[in-house]
Amino acid sequence: MKFKSIITAAIKSILKSRMRSLLTALGIIIGVAAVIVMVSIGEGAQQQVQEQIASLGSNLIIIFPGASNSGGVNRGAGSFNRFTMDDVNKIKDEATYIKYISPIVRAGGQVIGGVGNWNTSTQGVSPEYLDIRAWKLASGEFFTDKDVLSRAKVCVLGSEVKKNLFPNEDPIGSLVRIRNVPFKVIGVLEEKGQSAMGVNNDDLILAPWSSVLDRLTGGRYINFIQASATSLAQMPQAQAELPRIMREAHKIQPGEDDDFTIRNQADLADAATATTKVLTLLLGSVAGVSLIVGGIGIMNIMLVSVTERTREIGIRLSIGARATDILVQFLTEAIMLSLSGGLIGIFLAFAMGYILNNYTAQPAVIKPAIIFISFAFSGAVGVFFGFYPARKAANLNPIDALRYE
Amino acid sequence: MSKIIIEARDLIKTYQVGDMEVRALAGINLKILEGEFVAIMGASGSGKSTFMNLIGCLDQPTSGDYFLDSVLTSKLDKNQYAEIRNQKIGFVFQGFNLLSRTTALENVELPLMYDRHHRIKDPRKKGVEVLERVGLGDRMDHFPNQLSGGQQQRVAIARALVNEPSLILADEPTGNLDSKTSVEVFALFQQLNSEGITIVLVTHERDYANFAKRIVELKDGKIIRDRIIDKPLIASEEMEKLKSVEVNQEI
Ligand SMILES: Nc1ncnc2c1ncn2[C@@H]1O[C@H](COP(=O)(O)OP(=O)(O)O)[C@@H](O)[C@H]1O
Ligand SMILES: [Mg+2]
Repeated sequence: MKFKSIITAAIKSILKSRMRSLLTALGIIIGVAAVIVMVSIGEGAQQQVQEQIASLGSNLIIIFPGASNSGGVNRGAGSFNRFTMDDVNKIKDEATYIKYISPIVRAGGQVIGGVGNWNTSTQGVSPEYLDIRAWKLASGEFFTDKDVLSRAKVCVLGSEVKKNLFPNEDPIGSLVRIRNVPFKVIGVLEEKGQSAMGVNNDDLILAPWSSVLDRLTGGRYINFIQASATSLAQMPQAQAELPRIMREAHKIQPGEDDDFTIRNQADLADAATATTKVLTLLLGSVAGVSLIVGGIGIMNIMLVSVTERTREIGIRLSIGARATDILVQFLTEAIMLSLSGGLIGIFLAFAMGYILNNYTAQPAVIKPAIIFISFAFSGAVGVFFGFYPARKAANLNPIDALRYE
Repeated sequence: MSKIIIEARDLIKTYQVGDMEVRALAGINLKILEGEFVAIMGASGSGKSTFMNLIGCLDQPTSGDYFLDSVLTSKLDKNQYAEIRNQKIGFVFQGFNLLSRTTALENVELPLMYDRHHRIKDPRKKGVEVLERVGLGDRMDHFPNQLSGGQQQRVAIARALVNEPSLILADEPTGNLDSKTSVEVFALFQQLNSEGITIVLVTHERDYANFAKRIVELKDGKIIRDRIIDKPLIASEEMEKLKSVEVNQEI
């Protein structure tokens, strides 16, 4: 039989019993739509996480004290390998691919000011810190190198701190007492929202690192270093030169392990997206099961159809159809049914994606790959579940088929 | 002398029904020449249909040899069987066996779709042509359920003719038809036979068997009588008689 007449015969036969065809295809329609929507929700979540990580700051590199195999944790107070400003300055002097660099000196504790008190984290950083994190000021200004030099008691409040201490007034110019040391508020950060890692980037106070070291923590140790590469493309070079500089600074002999760990934004993003990828896979597989159930529906109907059309098969065989002609006919019907179900399912998925994106907080990102995959899968379901009934039809003996009542 | 088209040598067909063995054909020996018009007769259960199915390549004998056009069919595989059914034989059934919800023309074209050699270049044209030949040129787009029994059987005959076979087999083709329509169908068979097509058909009415040139009688799976009819009845003349009877009755 010619290809065209095979297709037209299949379409005719499908259209002969419209309602049944639709109900049969419904399993595939729902299956394909479910796969696409589920995977797209996963993709949406993944993209959300990636956007949040991107908001950490462009080209961000973090250097922690401690070897990477100890999880980047400080090995202990007073040990040789804690970071100081010497490390920061050496990188600043020698690195070619580092644009901004800032120490982070953490000081927890109570802050008093405005309408009451608030427990938050105060971080001593350099003026470049704002550029590293790509943060913006809501009002006021950021401290300068001059403030660092003079160990000025100035600070910038995160939006959450501002909300709690100065709910109704402009805090610029007011004093806050951090661990009883008065700092003048010179700026307020823009609200950033919860970060991907669960860190609240709004609940903090930024101050010159020298002031924090001098007046709050005491001593000369900094907690870690944040830097940004000259560009995203030069991340690899930056990450290559940093260990050399750090090993020199810490006088590590060849053969000895690093006593620091370098992480970049991509590493962090990988860790976070790994979780959402698992989620996507899980959602997709659950939906995939429904597609297979849809396939079983097709097999069921095709089996009924073979029985019902036994006489038709007998007639076709008696006028010279070969077993393969019958096989191809029924297989084509099964595939056409599942593919048209797949097509409708894709449209349904787009409609659901539109609703999700426009009327809910849950974004769905429909990628071409998943459309293609689920469509191909629906075709495969047709072949797989159509084959058994089709073969059953093809193996009928013409006389038995004709005599069938 | 004409060529032998059908040659059965000691054909036996047995069916296993539970523990019982039913011997439908108990050794049939028969030769049919090209251009013959043979009527197979016999009581119900005598093995007529079984024999027709064997010579129509719809079924295979339990033992014995069947030569079609001098080809030993037991040596052929399933696909070659299908090809013989498609190319060499037109089979007409008692129950018409048309595809429902498929027009007369589409039914007639169906065998051409399974012709791998595409001998007939324009299936549509050929379909129209054979439908016109059986007198249904004005019923081509009708569905089987919109046609009378006689018309349906003529569609089935057109379908049997479409691949230009040399042999037409018909198993009680008029079994479901009234006498007037039956005679019409026989007239059609006689016409086709006069055009050179070999015809073998089953009927259990002696009146109709007399339209054939030869009558073979079966009993219990065996041939008990085989004779040539010197002067077969002419169906078209019988039709005229029937008409005049009708006219007389009306008067
Ligand atoms: N498929 C079958 N299974 C079992 N017995 C069968 C089958 N087909 C025919 N028979 C038996 O074979 C004998 C001949 O049947 P058949 O050829 O149909 O007779 P006819 O057409 O002359 O009436 C009958 O006894 C019938 O019961
Ligand atoms: Mg019979």
